[in-house]
Amino acid sequence: MKFSVKAWSTSKGNPAARTGVFQLGNCPQIETPALLLSTRKGLPHFISPDLLPSLPLPDSSLLHVSPLHFMEGISSKTISSIGGLHKMLGLHDFGLAAVARDSIQCLPESSASNKLGASFETPCGRLLIKPAEYMGIISSLRPNLWATLADEVPAWVSKKRNKNSVDRTVKWLDECVALSPAGGVAFGAIVGGSDVEERRRCAQEVVKRNVSGYWIGGFGFGESTDERPALLSAVTGVAAGIDLFDSSYIYHLTIGGFALTFPLDNKTYASDLKLTGMGIDQTKINLKATVYRKDATPIVESCSCYTCQNHTKAYINHLLNVHEMLAQILLEIHNTHHYLGFFRSIREAIKEGRFEKFREMFVEKRRNHLAEVAVCA
Amino acid sequence: MALRFEVLGRFNRARAARLTLPHFVCQTPLFMPVGTQGTIKGLTTNQLEDIGCQIILGNTYHLALRPTSELIDELGGLHKFMNWPRAMLTDSGGFQMVSLLHLADITEKGVTFQFKPTNVTVPFYIRIVRLRGQMFGFIFLVQSPVDGKPMLLTPEESIQIQNRIGADIIMALDDVVKTTITGPRIEEAMYRTLRWIDRCIAAHKKPNEQNLFGIVQGGLDPVLRDICVRGLVERNLPGYAIGGLAGGEDKDSFWRVVAQCTALLPEDKPRYVMGVGYPLDIVVCSALGADLYDCVYPTRTARFGTALIPEGVLKLKHKAMAEDTRPIDPTCSCMVCKNYTRAYIHCLVTKDAMGSQLLSYHNLHYMLQLSRDLHSSIIEERFPDFVRGFLQKMFPKGDVPEWVCNAMEVAGIKISSCCAPFLFSHDSELEKDAPTKKFDDNETAFDDKYTPINKFDEVAFDNKYSGKNFDDKYTSTKYFDEVAFSNKNNTKQEL
Ligand SMILES: [Zn+2]
Ligand SMILES: [Zn+2]
Repeated sequence: MKFSVKAWSTSKGNPAARTGVFQLGNCPQIETPALLLSTRKGLPHFISPDLLPSLPLPDSSLLHVSPLHFMEGISSKTISSIGGLHKMLGLHDFGLAAVARDSIQCLPESSASNKLGASFETPCGRLLIKPAEYMGIISSLRPNLWATLADEVPAWVSKKRNKNSVDRTVKWLDECVALSPAGGVAFGAIVGGSDVEERRRCAQEVVKRNVSGYWIGGFGFGESTDERPALLSAVTGVAAGIDLFDSSYIYHLTIGGFALTFPLDNKTYASDLKLTGMGIDQTKINLKATVYRKDATPIVESCSCYTCQNHTKAYINHLLNVHEMLAQILLEIHNTHHYLGFFRSIREAIKEGRFEKFREMFVEKRRNHLAEVAVCA
Repeated sequence: MALRFEVLGRFNRARAARLTLPHFVCQTPLFMPVGTQGTIKGLTTNQLEDIGCQIILGNTYHLALRPTSELIDELGGLHKFMNWPRAMLTDSGGFQMVSLLHLADITEKGVTFQFKPTNVTVPFYIRIVRLRGQMFGFIFLVQSPVDGKPMLLTPEESIQIQNRIGADIIMALDDVVKTTITGPRIEEAMYRTLRWIDRCIAAHKKPNEQNLFGIVQGGLDPVLRDICVRGLVERNLPGYAIGGLAGGEDKDSFWRVVAQCTALLPEDKPRYVMGVGYPLDIVVCSALGADLYDCVYPTRTARFGTALIPEGVLKLKHKAMAEDTRPIDPTCSCMVCKNYTRAYIHCLVTKDAMGSQLLSYHNLHYMLQLSRDLHSSIIEERFPDFVRGFLQKMFPKGDVPEWVCNAMEVAGIKISSCCAPFLFSHDSELEKDAPTKKFDDNETAFDDKYTPINKFDEVAFDNKYSGKNFDDKYTSTKYFDEVAFSNKNNTKQEL
C-alpha cells in the first residue's frame, strides 16, 4: 500500500480535509477521498463484472468485501485453493478491502458479543466471530487491505459497555495482527461510540500499534437515519480528514427505485441554491413515480453512464412496475457513477482550495436524506 | 413481406440460412431468448449483443398490460423503448390467455369452463368478466389489473397491439390446446386457427415493416396437421410456426409432428417451432429442417441454479459444487466460465441476484453458441459429425433415447456410433423420456409451456430476492401473496 497526501484544505487555520493518492496491490493509483463500492460476496449487488469497466476508472476499482459473506456456501479451504478473493472474483486489478460488517445485511449485534468475539446478524443467522476465525477467513481471502475485528456498539449503550468495547477492540487488534498473513495491509479499528473520551482512548491505543491505517467503526447502526444523511456524512467525514468511505447508500437508493440527480458541478450548485424552498428533495428522484411513465429522457441528461446513455426514465419506470431485475442493474450503475462523480467534485474542491465553501453549501442544503454512510479511514 | 430468407447450406432436411429482418440479419438455426416484459431477466441489452443474441421474443399479453401497447407506440416502439437494436418477435398473446384461464370446452355456441367461475383459480391478476363464442371464433374479455378495464383479445386486436409494439415478426392469434387433449376439440382449434388467419391478415397494417407468421395447429393428428399446413401455405405468409407442441406430449409424437410439418412447409420460408428450448430438442428439430426456437427454459432454470453444459445440466446448488474449483463448463468461452469457479457460483445461486445474472448469462451464451455451431456445421458440411459429437457428450454411455434415434433416421444422420444397442433396447419405455428426465429438477416438473410462464418466473425471483435481499417495500405483501397463491394452484393442476 502506498498513500501520500497531496493537498490540505484548512478550516479556521487548522488542516482538515485532505486529498491524496492511494495505491493498493495491482489496483491503479486512486485519488482520495475515495469511495469503496459496496458488494455482496465480493461483486457489486447487481452490476456483473463485465459491466464494471463502464464505471469511471480508476475511481471504481476499490471494493469493500465483507468476510462474513463467506461463512456459508464456500469453505475457507476452497477459497484458498482458488487462490483468494481476486482470483475467485476475477477482479485482478481491483483493490479489495475487507471489513467485517457490510452495513446492509451483516450488522454487529453488540448485545450478543462477548469477550471472546464479535457477534453479527447475518442472512445465515447470528454468528459469533472470534479473532482467530476472522483471521482464518482473511488469510484465505487475501484482500489487499483488512480492518481488525471490532466490538462495535450503538450510540445509546452504557458508558461501561462502551468502555468494554474499546478494551476488547484493542485486545482483538493485537490478536489479529499477531495472526495476520503476509501481504495484506492491516487497518486498526477505532470504536468508542459517541463518547469522545473513549474514542480518544481507543485512537491513542491503536496508533501505538503497527498498523497501516485506521478504520473508524461504530457508525451506521443505532443512530436514526435522519441523523446521518448520506451525502452530508460523506462531506463531514471528508472535512474531518477521512480518506476512504464505504457506503450502503447506493444499495438503499437502488432498492428503493431512486436515482441520484443532484448537480455535480459547483457552479450549478451556486445557482441552484437560489431555488430553495421548493419543498422537494433535489438530491434524487423516485423512478417509480407515475410522472416518469412517459418520460423519454435519461435520468441525468449530461450523465455519461451506461444507463443514461442507453435508457430512458420511462423504461426504468416500467421495469420497476413489473419487478424486473434490470431496474436494479441500471439504477446501481447510474447511482454508483453519480456518487463517484460526487467524490470527484469533493477532491476538486479540496485541490482548488474551496472545500470549506462546498461543505457549507451542503450543510445548508442536504439535511433531509435517508440512509447512512459508514465511515472508514 | 418484410424479410428475406436465403438458404446457405443444407444437409438433407437441415438447413443453415440467412434471415434478413428489418432490424437485423440473423443466422439460422437460431434460438430466441424470451424477454417477456421488455427485458431478458437479469441481462442488459448490451450483454445480449455480447453473447451473440440476434433476436428476442416479447410477450404481447404482458406488454399490453404494462406498459401498454399504446405507450410503447407513443415512445417509438419496443425496439426504442428497451433500446434493443436487433430483431424482435412478439407472440399473439393468445397462449397466455388460454394457459392462464385454464379454459376447457369451447363450442361453436360458447365457452364452457372447466370450473365454475367461483372455483376458478384466478391466476395472478386475471379476472374473467365474460366470454362469448362466435361463428368466427371467440372473444376473451379479461380485466386489466392496471386500470380495471376489460381487455379484449380478438385476432384483430392481437394484430393491432403487435403492430403498435413493432416487432420484426408478429404471430397470428391461434387457438391453443394442450397436445395431451384428444378428440374433436383439437380439430375445432385447428379450423378456428385457419379461420382466424384471414382475420389476422386483414387486420395487419404494416406488412412492409412486420412479418406475420401463421401457426400450424392440429395436435398430434397428422391429418389435421396436414390440412392446417396446406391451408396456411395457400395464404403465402412470410414464415410459419409449428404450434401446440412442447406441451407434455411424448417425445416420439413431438418429433413426428415437426418432421411432418417441415416436410410440407415451403423450402424458402423460415420455420419456427414454438416453445422448444431444450438443447437436444433444438438439435433434433434442426436436423428435421426447423429454423427458429424460443423457450424460457435457459433463463428460468438459471434462476433455480441450473447451468446448461454439453453433458446435460449442472446443478450448482448441489453440495458437491461447494468445493469444485473448475469453471461451469471448461469448454465454454463466456465471461462467466472464463472468470468463475463452480464453487463461487454455488455460493451465489438462489441466494443472490448475481447468481441468477451470471447463470442466465452463461445459459443464454450456451444456447447461442449451440445455434452458431448448428449454423456453421451445416455450412461447412460437417453437420452429421456435429450431431454425433453432441450426442456423445450428452449420452457418454451410448444411451441415446430411442426417439432421437428414430428422428435421426428420418433426418438421414447415422448415429449408430453414438449408441450402445443393448443399452437402450433393454428398457425402451424409460429411455424414451430420458432427456426430459435428465433436465428435470423441481421446476421442470411443471411443463414449460403450460405453466403461466412469466408469473412463475416472478415468483421465483420474488421468493428468492424479496424476502432477503430486497426491502419489504420492494414488493407489496399483497402482490406477493397473490402470486404465491396462484403459483401453488397452478402447480397442482399442472402436475
Ligand atoms: Zn447516469
Ligand atoms: Zn459459460
